[in-house]
Amino acid sequence: MRLNRIGQPLSSFARKSGEIFILTVKAIALIFKRPFNFRLIESHLYLDGIKSIPVIFLMAVFTGGVLALQSYYGLQRFGAEVFTGSLVGVSLTKELIPVLTGLMLAGRVSASYSAEIGTMVVTEQVDALFTFGVNPVKYLVSPRLIALVIMTPLLTLFGDFVGIMGGRLVAALVVHQNPNLFDSQLFVSLEIWDVLSGLIKSVFFGLTIAVIGSYFGLKTEGGAKGVGQATTTAVVVSSVIILVSDFFWTKILPFSLR
Amino acid sequence: MIEIRDLHKSFADKKVLQGVNLVIEPGQTTTIIGGSGSGKSVLFKHIIGLMKPDSGSILVEGEDITKMRESDLYRMVDKFGMVFQSGALFDSLSVGANVAFGIKNRKDMDAAAIDLIIERSLNQVGLSDIAQLLPAELSGGMKKRVAIARVIAKEPAIIMFDEPTTGLDPIMADMINELIIKVSADPGITSIVITHDMVSAYKISDKIAVLFEGEIIETGSPEEIRNTKNAVVRQFIEGKAEGPIKIR
Repeated sequence: MRLNRIGQPLSSFARKSGEIFILTVKAIALIFKRPFNFRLIESHLYLDGIKSIPVIFLMAVFTGGVLALQSYYGLQRFGAEVFTGSLVGVSLTKELIPVLTGLMLAGRVSASYSAEIGTMVVTEQVDALFTFGVNPVKYLVSPRLIALVIMTPLLTLFGDFVGIMGGRLVAALVVHQNPNLFDSQLFVSLEIWDVLSGLIKSVFFGLTIAVIGSYFGLKTEGGAKGVGQATTTAVVVSSVIILVSDFFWTKILPFSLR
Repeated sequence: MIEIRDLHKSFADKKVLQGVNLVIEPGQTTTIIGGSGSGKSVLFKHIIGLMKPDSGSILVEGEDITKMRESDLYRMVDKFGMVFQSGALFDSLSVGANVAFGIKNRKDMDAAAIDLIIERSLNQVGLSDIAQLLPAELSGGMKKRVAIARVIAKEPAIIMFDEPTTGLDPIMADMINELIIKVSADPGITSIVITHDMVSAYKISDKIAVLFEGEIIETGSPEEIRNTKNAVVRQFIEGKAEGPIKIR
């Protein structure tokens, strides 16, 4: 009985992991199969990427600002406040902006994917796709995957820039640090690999958000309650994967620990 | 011809189909009747390949769809059109885009030809000037008619209607019955209907099959079903609470 209690969640986890892997492979393979859904990709680039700009802007500007503030006073204890620009730049680009962008998109986009696809499942629209000879994975998952794999790194890059500007603004206006000092320390410390390691991670985060949102949408059962559960699960699972995988990416990427 | 042989399907411990045997003749309208939970929808989903059975076979024009690879299944499903109970219109697309959904990727058609088919298909179901509307702006009866138009536009050889009159007022239900008769009048079209609406079943069918506890227990013409001696079928067609069918 006790073994069963452990075994069931484990086998369910293994089955779901396998299904998610197969869905990812299928969605990638179907990208290269005709007909190509350029309109759908374009629509997701706009809805899930461009329309996420305001929320990423707010997240980045305040993260940069608070990081500058905390770093300045923290470093001041050691008389090292001149390095505020360095700390803000490296922390944001390598770690904070990629992860927070991933989490913001997990909340905004993964939820919308699972809710939309889940509603299509319970109203038989996904079955209807099949009866028209349309593969639901190609129609629903592949365009979303392409859109997020493109948009997540772009939004991360945008967030990097806005975050650094936010930090620079707070350093100048709140703690009255000379902006030239902030800039010079930033450019001395920040390397292209710092930005690139964050962008590489964000490509994986984008893929995770698209696949997890779509997977739990496609697995929706029941009515409104099922859609609600699918949405919650999609957000939680994609957020956890982002946070856990971030650690491994940091260990794996050869230049991320420099 | 569609031939269903000894079809079994269970979900966990619940046996839904327990050896269904049925022949659906080409060019005819075959209606499968049965109470709620009798397995009608599950059987329907097997016929079109949306579900795989635990055992048994479904031969569509001699090919067993239960053993087909996914790519062959997509080729086979091109012969089918299905009108879902809820309509299952794509709610992010306009009515026109819904109707054109099955033909939009056909290389032999330009935009003007597709527009013409949209207009013609909507006219056939008694609708016009609604191509720009979204499904959310339609009534239940209109949604059903648009769903029929969407299938007509695709010109399939086999049309499946899932509870086509459920949830409609009697006049709209009769209109849908007339539409099914009109669509099925083409000798090249085989129609399969599932319903528990006996008025509809008698009106539209060439053959009626009765599904009870996962098995086809009787088949016959509407007249034969009307005069059946089978107590289970009698209880169902007469709509009586008392009888051999136990309500759970």
